[in-house]
Amino acid sequence: MRHIISVLLENESGALSRVAGLFSARGYNIESLTVAPTDDPSLSRMTIVTSGSDEIVEQITKQLNKLVDVIKLLDMTAHPHIEREMALIKVRVGEAADREEVKRLTDIFRGRIIDVTQQTYVIEITGEGSKLDAFLEAVSPFPVLEVVRSGVMGIARGDVALQL
Amino acid sequence: MSETASSSTAITGAEIFCRSLQAEGVDVVFGYPGGAVLHIYDALYRQDKVSHVLVRHEQGAVHAAEGYAKSSDKPGVALVTSGPGATNAITGIADAYMDSVPLVVFTGQVPTSLIGNDAFQEVDTVGITRPCVKHNFLVKDVKDLATTIKKAFYVATTGRPGPVVVDIPKDVTAASCEFEYPESIHMRSYNPTSGGYTGQIDKAVDLILSAKQPMIYTGGGVILGKGSEALTEFTRKLGYPITNTLMGLGGYPSSDKQFLGMLGMHGTYEANMAMHHADVLIAIGARFDDRVTGNIEKFCPHAKIVHVDVDPSSISKNVKVDVPIVGEVEPVLRALIKALDAANAKPDPEALDAWWKQIREWQSQDCLKYDRDSELIKPQYVVQKFWELTQGEAFVTSDVGQHQMWAAQFYGFDKPNRWINSGGLGTMGVGLPFAMGVQFAHPDATVGCITGEASIQMCIQELSTCYQYQLPIKILNLNNRYLGMVRQWQEFFYQGRYAMSYMDALPDFVKLAEAYGHVGMRIDQPGDVEGAIKEALAQKERLVFLDFITDQSENVYPMIPAGAGQNEMILV
Ligand SMILES: Cc1cc2nc3c(=O)[nH]c(=O)nc-3n(C[C@H](O)[C@H](O)[C@H](O)COP(=O)(O)OP(=O)(O)OC[C@H]3O[C@@H](n4cnc5c(N)ncnc54)[C@H](O)[C@@H]3O)c2cc1C
Ligand SMILES: Cc1ncc(C[n+]2csc(CCOP(=O)(O)OP(=O)(O)O)c2C)c(N)n1
Ligand SMILES: [Mg+2]
Repeated sequence: MRHIISVLLENESGALSRVAGLFSARGYNIESLTVAPTDDPSLSRMTIVTSGSDEIVEQITKQLNKLVDVIKLLDMTAHPHIEREMALIKVRVGEAADREEVKRLTDIFRGRIIDVTQQTYVIEITGEGSKLDAFLEAVSPFPVLEVVRSGVMGIARGDVALQL
Repeated sequence: MSETASSSTAITGAEIFCRSLQAEGVDVVFGYPGGAVLHIYDALYRQDKVSHVLVRHEQGAVHAAEGYAKSSDKPGVALVTSGPGATNAITGIADAYMDSVPLVVFTGQVPTSLIGNDAFQEVDTVGITRPCVKHNFLVKDVKDLATTIKKAFYVATTGRPGPVVVDIPKDVTAASCEFEYPESIHMRSYNPTSGGYTGQIDKAVDLILSAKQPMIYTGGGVILGKGSEALTEFTRKLGYPITNTLMGLGGYPSSDKQFLGMLGMHGTYEANMAMHHADVLIAIGARFDDRVTGNIEKFCPHAKIVHVDVDPSSISKNVKVDVPIVGEVEPVLRALIKALDAANAKPDPEALDAWWKQIREWQSQDCLKYDRDSELIKPQYVVQKFWELTQGEAFVTSDVGQHQMWAAQFYGFDKPNRWINSGGLGTMGVGLPFAMGVQFAHPDATVGCITGEASIQMCIQELSTCYQYQLPIKILNLNNRYLGMVRQWQEFFYQGRYAMSYMDALPDFVKLAEAYGHVGMRIDQPGDVEGAIKEALAQKERLVFLDFITDQSENVYPMIPAGAGQNEMILV
């Protein structure tokens, strides 16, 4: 099963490689991993999307907790939660009709066009991964030059909060 | 002896290193110098509280530090230079990681300004060691040095112990700042003893007392956690049978009648059969290693399992357990004993009688028997004689192979921390440097190193260290002219195709020992074994290398072959 695990860890050089190294050394799946410092600059927050049987995911959380740089973690999958991913997509839109159609699709998906040239659009779109997939499918008739996806971020709904 | 050194004048990083070690109560560092650590060596030279032992290879330094730690209640400390010094230390660090040995290993590093430049003798030590340390640090500022050393000792010795590497660039050892060694340390990201198991104790006791065919299975955690007294009390109170893993030997007195010997691949028939038929398994400080479980599908098919371990990731990793207890063995065992005393129920005496009757029957197999009338020296006999002649009181190290198994099977350990070997990584070459570390921790004790002619050659250079420091280690070389353990597998599973397992062109070990300044003896008659060991033990001041020419074809029995269950042993 797919799991989203959010991790608070020390914002220290090497902390990221400890997590990445753990996953590769133990052969755990890693679908995406995002990380950035939090409002407290001594802390980083990481979101890992992984998959595995219950036993494996239990080991993953235990092994993550065992890393000395990891302070706390939360398996979002156990709670109602929100996940979001952002994509930046560059599409070639040479013809006026193409421009119109891509603009229309972007609106339907509540995306935004954030860069415009004679030949190209850059589209920003956020949502769950499946929405991003659907949008990419929708624009696939046009020449897509580049796709940048952020990887998934997650947060629990309601009172559940991953904090110190 | 925590001298909380503090001073208002600035001192160098190298001096901070020495003062920090003093504050930690470190009395000996095993190491080898080189460019990146010269400031540190200079500072060590100019103080006299921390002594330094010069090994002959950095692998030896780390193994010696392991031997020191495993046989005492203090962490081991090693110091090596950057680049090749650090890479030579890796095997020792990985060994300590697998067996949870508390170590602090200091590595020199190129100056911070050169890091990442492919500078002379630069390696990414933090990167290379990351998968085989409990934690590691790169110290970039002299102001962080003392605190980092404090953290390193704290992390290495608490919770599930393990090796911690501290990588120190040369300029950090030259720079100065005021020194203050922290009294105590708090790390928000590291809380090794969480406690909170009280609710589980009652559940465990109910299950333990409901058993008809109970079995206690304990491991290295009992040794590491100083739990053997509590374990002995707990086990005797229940009257249940007990087995130890290779790493747990000495955790329960082997001479006790409740002890069934070691379990696992080369464990006793009775221990493995009792595991297989148990209805309640009480696992304490053991990690269900594959050498213990055999085929996991067939492991303990009838048992409900209680598992006590300080590391949550050891629990339900290989085998699903029914009552997990996360905690230190000692306090958990004390809590269990208290709860047992308070419980109304008692173990079912009739069921227990029947169970012991069954176990005695398995014991009558005499699974460790060997030919005592052989004209050749039987390796088992050598170990047994050594045990007798040392009254089971020696510290025994071993290398890896058949001799290791015979040492485990035939030297009866009644006390913890006396049996020092490499279980998890299975590192040939550890035996001699382990013995050095043990002898430094226990200068007056008898230290025996039971080894094989192949393993001993992997760190043979340390004979020179032994001479320099006059370490009176007794080396028992069970010389079968084979990579015996490999040969045994080839005999059993490769139709006797002995690829590369014959040890050709062996040195004359007697002359070799003598060349290093020691006493060498070659023994090739069974009748001479006892006399030779006695003579060696009488040489209290000298290292004696006993080269026993043993039966080449001897195998280690019993054995659970790969893929088999615990009840499917090959017997002699
Ligand atoms: C050639 C060869 C043959 C081998 N054959 C066998 C064999 O037949 N039988 C056998 O048993 N082994 C054998 N081994 C060893 C085997 O590979 C493992 O190293 C060993 O079984 C592990 O022992 P353990 O379970 O006691 O774990 P250890 O590695 O000793 O781990 C200790 C466990 O205790 C926990 N712990 C540590 N401190 C504490 C504490 N204070 N409180 C609570 N828990 C704590 C740790 O978290 C860990 O889970 C062999 C090795 C070699 C090289
Ligand atoms: C460093 C290392 N290399 C290889 C092995 C694989 N191995 C395990 S036992 C063994 C043979 C050991 O021979 P010896 O020391 O003579 O002991 P014996 O089995 O003959 O008693 C080998 C090669 C190992 N454990 N460690
Ligand atoms: Mg051999």
